[in-house]
Amino acid sequence: MSKPVIATATLAGCFGCHMSLLDIDEKILDLIELVEFNKSPIDDIKNFTKKCDIGLIEGGCCNSENVHVLKDFRKNCNILISFGECAIMGGLPAYRNPIPIKECLEEAYLNGPSVKGHNESGIIPNDEEIPMMLDKVYPCHEIVKIDYFLPGCPPSAELIWNALTALITGNEMELSYEIIKFD
Amino acid sequence: MENNTVHSAIRKYNQDKMRLMDILIEIQDNENYISDDAVRIISEKLELSLVDVEQTISFYHFLSKEPQGKYTIYLNNSIVSNMMGRQIVAETFENEAGCKFGEVAEDGIIGLFDTACIGMSDQEPAALINGNVFIHLTPFRVKEIVRDMRTGKDVKKMHTSYLDGGQNKSEYLNSAVRNNIMRMGPVLTDDYNPGTIIMNNLPQLTPEQVIEEIKTSNIRGRGGAGFPTGLKWEFCRIAKGDKKYILCNADEGEPGTYKDRVILTERPKLLFEGMVIAGYSIGATEGILYLRYEYKYLKHYLENALEEARGKNLLGNDIGGIKGFNFDIRIQLGAGAYICGEESALIESIEGKRGEPRDRPPYPVEKGYNDCPTVVNNVETLCSVVKIMLKGGEWYSSLGTPVSTGTKVLNISGDCKYPGIYEVEWGLTIIDILDMVGATDVQAIQVGGPSGSLIGPEEFDRKLCYSDLVTGGSFIIFNFNRDLLKNVVLNFTDFFIEESCGSCVPCRSMIPLFKQKLEKILSGNGVASDLEDLQSWGKLMKTNRCGLGHTAANPILTSLKNFRYLYEEKLERGKEYETGFNLEQAVSESCEATTRVPNF
Amino acid sequence: MADIINFTIDGKECVAEKGISILQATQENDIYIPTLCNYEGVKPKGSCRICTIRTNGQFATACTTPVADGMEIENNTEEINDLRKSIIELLFVEGNHFCPACEMSGDCELQALAYRFQMMVPRFTFQFPKRDIDAGNPKILMDCNRCIRCKRCIRAIKDEKGRSVFAFYRRGENIKVHIDPELGSKLTDELAEKSVTICPVGAILPREKGFRIPIGQRKFDHEPIGSEYKH
Repeated sequence: MSKPVIATATLAGCFGCHMSLLDIDEKILDLIELVEFNKSPIDDIKNFTKKCDIGLIEGGCCNSENVHVLKDFRKNCNILISFGECAIMGGLPAYRNPIPIKECLEEAYLNGPSVKGHNESGIIPNDEEIPMMLDKVYPCHEIVKIDYFLPGCPPSAELIWNALTALITGNEMELSYEIIKFD
Repeated sequence: MENNTVHSAIRKYNQDKMRLMDILIEIQDNENYISDDAVRIISEKLELSLVDVEQTISFYHFLSKEPQGKYTIYLNNSIVSNMMGRQIVAETFENEAGCKFGEVAEDGIIGLFDTACIGMSDQEPAALINGNVFIHLTPFRVKEIVRDMRTGKDVKKMHTSYLDGGQNKSEYLNSAVRNNIMRMGPVLTDDYNPGTIIMNNLPQLTPEQVIEEIKTSNIRGRGGAGFPTGLKWEFCRIAKGDKKYILCNADEGEPGTYKDRVILTERPKLLFEGMVIAGYSIGATEGILYLRYEYKYLKHYLENALEEARGKNLLGNDIGGIKGFNFDIRIQLGAGAYICGEESALIESIEGKRGEPRDRPPYPVEKGYNDCPTVVNNVETLCSVVKIMLKGGEWYSSLGTPVSTGTKVLNISGDCKYPGIYEVEWGLTIIDILDMVGATDVQAIQVGGPSGSLIGPEEFDRKLCYSDLVTGGSFIIFNFNRDLLKNVVLNFTDFFIEESCGSCVPCRSMIPLFKQKLEKILSGNGVASDLEDLQSWGKLMKTNRCGLGHTAANPILTSLKNFRYLYEEKLERGKEYETGFNLEQAVSESCEATTRVPNF
Repeated sequence: MADIINFTIDGKECVAEKGISILQATQENDIYIPTLCNYEGVKPKGSCRICTIRTNGQFATACTTPVADGMEIENNTEEINDLRKSIIELLFVEGNHFCPACEMSGDCELQALAYRFQMMVPRFTFQFPKRDIDAGNPKILMDCNRCIRCKRCIRAIKDEKGRSVFAFYRRGENIKVHIDPELGSKLTDELAEKSVTICPVGAILPREKGFRIPIGQRKFDHEPIGSEYKH
């Protein structure tokens, strides 16, 4: 049997969940033995080269680019997992959600203390290359179907490890009380 | 000037915390808002904190901390108003007044606001203007009314006709409201000389004997919940308390209901006599009529009727010559909150508080108003009581069906030839009712208002009775031209979002989610699992404290049950999962802010 | 001596003093019913509905309903626990609860209930409402994003004349808790501390103090809420 293929992505997140994924110490060697990585910032594969078994998504969707990536993952992964606070609940980036986007952009580019008086042209960046911002930061499952959720900020390495091995081996996942936390 | 109003209102109600509602309403009506200063003065005089005063103000629809215009227009936005042409009326108001709904025009003269059903479903579109009712509004009338406002005309003088009259024409009322009594039964009939029971019968009877007679009649509460009236009185009679109260619930807020308005207009003496009989039975010394703010125009007229009764020894001391039987009635105005029709919320409101329902037990019969044993009865119930005492419990129980005895006053509105009030015996089928009111081509009928059920032709053989279709009396008829989901169910759901008191989590937070899900389905993004969600969420509503919370999802749940095909034909076929996310829509706001055009 | 009555909970036979609530009665029998708006010593209000149980075919809140002789109570069933879980999920989506950035994380009763009921993701759509932060008080900070409108502070914190320091404002989904500008500014240290303690979430916080307890020593770091009860 060929090794299960895993892909990962960071959307509107801080990469902390990926750091936690790598924080499984020497077990990472076991993981490499067990699985093969495809599209992921870990191996810098930019595009899917084959259908994957598991996709891990960190971060919610704050712009059109995030949405495209997420939909691409949904298309190419059999199982899609939201991991971490931001992917599941929007997290820190979603602090902007109750505020109208125009206000956010003006604060960021025109009026905020770090830019006030320095943006002489008064332009809010609008180059066609820049992804378009969404009206709010969306948790991933409000855009595509997500199969599993691993909470935490970040999810503990142990939780990620347990979840992945459970999925790969088909065994029941062990969930001790201390392993699932939102912070 | 303004502070004078505040001080005199406070004095008028003896600086009594329990009368906070009256004080606030008086200030609102005189100044068209309640200022920070007013709040401060009230809080000092009544020994309340500022937030104590504000929590009550902010609960009620008709109380406001912002000026609402010299002329405050509340246009009904109920489903029946919409069906009868609200939209063009609303647009004309906006054009003529120069402001949108929810705003006050710049000159401060006119304020335009939405309001839930004002009890005029047989004469919509209707509006309240400074407490006066204007019915059958048309663009022509709206232009005329706004013109009158610009000249500073007195609202009372803006009426152009007094329609079918009845007591509406009385000098104390002078309203242009119609009664539309289409069918009188033994309760509404005018062949009774008010006061007869008090004068002739009551002195011969012990309170227990009266209660026995009521129990024999088997009458149940006519507000909708249907608790046996005799039993309620008996519980209250035996409950221990220094004082006891009889409260009459005239807060008929269930959209499509207006029977109590007509009864209050035509038979106030009957009602007050019913309250006296109830007071005698339970041993109360005080009765309070809780009158919804929408019916404020009746207050002066009703007070006059009370005064008359006092003059005839039908109220006051030693009533009817019964030594020691002292009882009087006062009127308490509400200030715009559907939930106050729930008896314990009504009690909170009479005590000057937010209308949040209480936890039960204890029930009001043990611990109600002022923490004393209290009976809360509907207007219709108390009127029926007089006729029961007149003709006997046996007679009453011979009407209707063996289990659901007596008569029920129905309020019919919507798509039918003869909307109005019908007093009928229990046991009629829906087909009977539709035939009676001249309704053909009927797609659906909403029985019991938004909190009841939406039923279709296959169930039109169901009967009005406590074991089948229970109702407080509201019937709204929809023909096949009506879009049930988009216009009816959504309107009802908005009503409950507006009217939830917000205390219970599942009520305040679940109804908006129900609405979002319905909108998702209406926009064509629904899938089969969305219908399953709606159904399974319904159970959560049963964990709420009060009847509003239990029934707030009924518009969706009963239409889903009885008109499932309307939902199913809107679903995306062959799709198992759909979040409804729309990228183009989601980026439109930021594109606008950065003058970009979506490029995908 | 007080009257003793018999009742059953999930079939288990129990005894209790007549007149106490179902919640007290079950706790005295070492049985856990989850609560959130309830607080010992404060008159129960039954607003969160998490302590919902079923008796006589009807749902009722254990905190407000007196236990009665012969009562048969359903508590720890799949159906009722799912209703409770959905209420917790509702609270997560109706407000803005970003646990990682909250000073009360680890000590928060809402979060602890989510842990106990193993909430991985709420089944409802996040609402992301616009809520205020009131930093106008010298002793406490109110973050309405986190407020679950349980009324604990409203019910418990009164001045010596019985006036409310906290009160509801508006109604329905827009309901919010207000602090009285006058009584609030004169809040004693004792009442300020009490209002912080009584808030089950991180909506009322002490000023100039934060993250007072290190991770690992917080109330719900190692054991689920309700662990003090055997069943």
